[in-house]
Amino acid sequence: MITSAISLSGTATMSASAHLSIHQVSKVYFGKRDWLSRATRKATLDYVALEDINLEIEPNTFVSIIGPSGCGKSTLLNIIAGLSQPTTGTVMIGGVPISSPGPDRGVVFQNYALMPWMTVLENIRFAIATVHPKLSAARQTAIAQEYIELVGLRGAEQRHPHELSGGMKQRVGIARALAIDPQILLMDEPFGALDALTRGFLQDEVERIWEQQRKTVILITHSIEEALLLSDKIVMMTRGPEAKIAKILDVPFPRPRHRESLDQHPAYHSLKAEMELHLSRETRAVEESRIRRTVAVES
Amino acid sequence: MNNSAIPVAAMPAKKFNLNTNQKAFLLFLLILGMVLLVWEVGARMGWFSQLMPSASATLKDFWWWISNPFFDYGPNDRGIGWLLLTSLRRVLLGFAIGSAIAIPLGILIGLSEVVSRAVDPFIQILKPVSPLAWLPLGLGLLKNSESTALFVIAITSIWPTLINTKFGVSHVDQSYLDVTRTLGASRWRTLTKVILPAAAPYIVSGLRISIGIAWLVIVAAEILVGGSGIGYFVWNEWNNLKITSIITAILVIGVMGLLLDRLFGLLQTWVSFGQRL
Ligand SMILES: Nc1ncnc2c1ncn2[C@@H]1O[C@H](COP(=O)(O)OP(=O)(O)OP(=O)(O)O)[C@@H](O)[C@H]1O
Ligand SMILES: [Mg+2]
Repeated sequence: MITSAISLSGTATMSASAHLSIHQVSKVYFGKRDWLSRATRKATLDYVALEDINLEIEPNTFVSIIGPSGCGKSTLLNIIAGLSQPTTGTVMIGGVPISSPGPDRGVVFQNYALMPWMTVLENIRFAIATVHPKLSAARQTAIAQEYIELVGLRGAEQRHPHELSGGMKQRVGIARALAIDPQILLMDEPFGALDALTRGFLQDEVERIWEQQRKTVILITHSIEEALLLSDKIVMMTRGPEAKIAKILDVPFPRPRHRESLDQHPAYHSLKAEMELHLSRETRAVEESRIRRTVAVES
Repeated sequence: MNNSAIPVAAMPAKKFNLNTNQKAFLLFLLILGMVLLVWEVGARMGWFSQLMPSASATLKDFWWWISNPFFDYGPNDRGIGWLLLTSLRRVLLGFAIGSAIAIPLGILIGLSEVVSRAVDPFIQILKPVSPLAWLPLGLGLLKNSESTALFVIAITSIWPTLINTKFGVSHVDQSYLDVTRTLGASRWRTLTKVILPAAAPYIVSGLRISIGIAWLVIVAAEILVGGSGIGYFVWNEWNNLKITSIITAILVIGVMGLLLDRLFGLLQTWVSFGQRL
């Protein structure tokens, strides 16, 4: 069933996937300094969010990006998605520089971004019909059905998003992103808005789906356990401004993985401790700089 | 009423236990009764002007109009149903013309910042003008009372729909647009499949305001233009000094306006899919 869905563009069980190369990417959010915003005291300074990011991602790897809040993870993901442009540097997929969003990259949004006026089936079909307009309507529906099945939403096809729980909505979001058979799947804190139980359940689902599809995935997360359960590589970022990549960890656990037995692997605890140390150090530094800034403003 | 009667009968010691709706309904009846009572007594005691009919006479006349709404004894003697339908037809036609201008224009200015800024001065200046100010202009240009009424209603219907459509189209949730961009959707597909459905609740709420104002204006327009319709009827009955008919017309106009508003309210829920405006 799943193989037939993928065979849309490929032939093997493993779907087409390409090398992703991020080369010297930096991003500056330019401040407002025209006379009007100065006069109204709304002028802002330039903000260097990312500084010289270099990252090579092999095909069929699951990469997590973790870092303190506000360091620029979403900025980086949006640049890869093509939704925003880097100030300098290039992103290349399979050696070709990207300049705009495209269906070779599927995006899963934190707020689900489902169209409220479309049913579950229509939301997924909309994506398929947009990317493959020449496919017959019956074929489009069949593919949509396969992905609905893949994410375990059978029976909910005719429901509208407002009739779904958060977890079900994100299943639709994942199915929609996968249904266009992208080379790279981009997910920005896809489970951030879900409760702990649903979150764990969906992580297991993503692990299961990944075992079947083995796409290149870039996942932004705040959860160390989530990163360890799902990733081949974990990219740790420093705090902003001028956020950089601090370190890339290899996650050597064999697959398929199960959350219950994961911590029995000898490397688990040291990896976890290293990530915790990094995150707490960066987060503390962010807090301290904030406190100093407020003190400076007050005095 | 029934379910409250049973526990009272079963437990005479217990006081009335009514829910909010029932209480409100009782209070409504009380207020209505008071108004009718003061009216009736006042009219009989001569508290008001000579012209003022008594409540009972008005109710009798009201019932006479309502029980036989569709008689037709010539242009100046028609049932209230016909009068309403005449006005309703005008309002719907004028409203359709106005909306046919307002919605496409609203979409255009919602999509283009340049067009929006270029057209904005016209909108800002024309919007606050009472629609009736257009009436002489319409008469002069169209030389026909029927077309003039439609013209005034169309002008009236334009503004709220235009402004709401513009707002809805230019405030589509960025994440929907991000989805279509990542899928590589064409501009046309983005417009028809995403922007318009996303803006639909705003457009309908604009239509709802428009039809409300159009229904307000039709009465005044018909009084001024004359000929037929419920507004003309009100004026005609004033000339005949038949206040009971005028009060009947007022109630009927109110009920019709309420129905129109509810109809568009339903349409609004129908296109909203759980989104809150
Ligand atoms: N459009 C913008 N204009 C100016 N500054 C921005 C803009 N978008 C983001 N920033 C700033 O860039 C920095 C990085 O933002 P980004 O959203 O990428 O962080 P993040 O790592 O995704 O944070 P979080 O973990 O909270 O999601 C933040 O300090 C933010 O204030
Ligand atoms: Mg973010």
